[in-house]
Amino acid sequence: MSAASGITSSTALWYASRATGIVSLIMLTGVVVLGVAVQKRGRLPGLPKFAVVGLHRSLSLLSVAFLVIHIASAVADSYVNIRLTDAIIPFAASYEPLWLGLGTVGFDLILALIITSLLRARIGHRTWRWVHWLAYVSWPVAIAHSLGSSTDLQSGWLLGLGIGCILAVAAALAWRVSEGRKPHEVPRAARVSVLFEQLSGGRQQ
Amino acid sequence: MTTNGTSIAPATRLRLDPTKCSGHGLCAELLGEHIALDEWGYPIIADGDIPAPLLADARRAVTDCPALALRLDRGARR
Amino acid sequence: MTTQPSDTAVPQGANARRLLPLAGRTLTLEQHRALHGPPAYQGSAQAVINEVRAAGLTGRGGAGFPTYRKLEAVLNAPGRAVVVANGAEGEPASYKDRTLLYSDPHLVLDGLQLAAEAVQARQAYAYVHPDQRVLRQVREAVADRLRAGIDRVPVTVVEAPPRFIAGQETAVVHRIEGGLALPRYAPVRVTERGIGGAPTLVQNVETLAHLALIARYGAGWFRGAGTPEEPGSLLATVHRPNASPKVIETAAGVALRELLGLDGYPARAVLIGGYHGTWLPADRVADLPLTNAALRAHGASLGAGVLVALPVDSCGLRETARIVSYLAAESAGQCGPCLNGLPRIAHALTALAGPGAHPRERADVSRWAGQVERRGACHHPDGSMRLVRSALTVFEEELWRHEHGTCVAPNSGAFLPLPSPMNPPRTDEDWR
Repeated sequence: MSAASGITSSTALWYASRATGIVSLIMLTGVVVLGVAVQKRGRLPGLPKFAVVGLHRSLSLLSVAFLVIHIASAVADSYVNIRLTDAIIPFAASYEPLWLGLGTVGFDLILALIITSLLRARIGHRTWRWVHWLAYVSWPVAIAHSLGSSTDLQSGWLLGLGIGCILAVAAALAWRVSEGRKPHEVPRAARVSVLFEQLSGGRQQ
Repeated sequence: MTTNGTSIAPATRLRLDPTKCSGHGLCAELLGEHIALDEWGYPIIADGDIPAPLLADARRAVTDCPALALRLDRGARR
Repeated sequence: MTTQPSDTAVPQGANARRLLPLAGRTLTLEQHRALHGPPAYQGSAQAVINEVRAAGLTGRGGAGFPTYRKLEAVLNAPGRAVVVANGAEGEPASYKDRTLLYSDPHLVLDGLQLAAEAVQARQAYAYVHPDQRVLRQVREAVADRLRAGIDRVPVTVVEAPPRFIAGQETAVVHRIEGGLALPRYAPVRVTERGIGGAPTLVQNVETLAHLALIARYGAGWFRGAGTPEEPGSLLATVHRPNASPKVIETAAGVALRELLGLDGYPARAVLIGGYHGTWLPADRVADLPLTNAALRAHGASLGAGVLVALPVDSCGLRETARIVSYLAAESAGQCGPCLNGLPRIAHALTALAGPGAHPRERADVSRWAGQVERRGACHHPDGSMRLVRSALTVFEEELWRHEHGTCVAPNSGAFLPLPSPMNPPRTDEDWR
């Protein structure tokens, strides 16, 4: 009886971990896309700008919640040996040290992003901005962890989902680096000359 | 508690650091009664104190500004 | 620099030559000492301030603020103070500060030491216009004083970048701290918190020169020139038709007609106060004395003492368009309204300076002017709009002429000086 119920509860925890992991990935993809939208002054149809910012923040907090469940259920599950410390210290686990380690790195980075964002007013804009660049590191780490640490995303409709997330982030990145000539996208010292060029080019703005 | 019709609550003003502002425009959405946008997307903040019913929105504008360009100044100054 | 530091004229309306030595001379330490003696330390900070207050000295950098109040503010602010001699002179039409620094740097440096006494400072800076001859002169003067052991407070010479707003108070602080000469927005004034967080006195070099002489010869002597409300002598840079620009020492109360030579050469219009100043019709100016009181009634003020008589064969609109294009290019680019407004206004003014009807441009300029004023971290947009508004008023008739395809001066060359070749800033290094 104990063996049977042990396997059953373990399976439930394992499934919970995988499911919340997938949901977190989708949410984090949304966070990245929304983050680029904020920077690019873009809008979601029908939504005011403060909603884009608000969604970006709410979704990031929600994804941390799901991540915590994802990690807690993996640690609690007795089928594989993952300790609580493996959630913070990367590459020290006995189960899939590389892929799990990447997950740990991703979680550490996301924690840094969330904490600095919550303390934004205290630490000042410049420091906050420097740390926030790590977002572009945290997502690739997360997707690598997702693809490598379980077979779920390696076939079937979940693979499609994974590819969808990659495409979404790739599109957001392309948007992010696309040539912008608005004042905030031009280095300060060059802004006036860029505007003068635009004015003589006939593009009345 | 009021004296002669004037409130003795501390005066609160919105202060903008124009060197940080990059024209996101959230503040005007959140505090439309007090902030308008010029034709280039930069905020024009009305003179004077923030009326009490708008204080919560003003605080939100301060925390939500992506550039952290707004501040709420308390105290009867000037 | 296309013009030499000019020779000096005999001060008109003043009792004696005060700030500027005789034509073309530059004074060595010995010569300066022979003329004025050593720095006239007063024995206490309050003693300096009292003398300055009695003299009624006001800032000669453009703002005209009572100097004793600035000294008091820095003295009373908590922390060890720092003093700065501001000789950036970013205004291209002004030559007085670099001329003063070149001909008698020791007068300015004496004043700097006395200012340090007035605020109990232990560190001093000389922030100097980027002219290599002037810089060399000042550096040598500082070295000579070090050898002679005259200075109580060590002086560091810092080269200002060749930017119009390099002399703005917060930009000065920023640059001396090792950063770029960009204005900063701060709810606290530099007199409370400036260089490295210390209370900082930023004073124009001419003001410091006057301070040195007041300490030596007394408040009564200082009041021997000028008017009771605007005492003392002052340096002005005068631009007249058919003459190269001259730095002269004059005083409040002197007739503008005399200073500008309007009897000899009629002028199309007069510009008072430099490129952040005000255009006035020549006939309005003809009977005015050189006082802020009289000028204010016409919406003008002395500023840093730039006086221009525009020749009759110059088009005021074209000159203004050139100046405003320069002012726009010199925007720090930090604040949205200034960055967006000034280049657009310059572009529109350039159209208005040409032939043809431009009704949209006129309305645009008016609307934009209202949108840029008082919305920046510094007063660059405000001062620039002052020039623009006065131009559109004074040259109203000229606008009409252009609309109908004519101009009073269709082939005139440029009269007002701008850096040559035009060197707009493009990278951060241009602000260092």
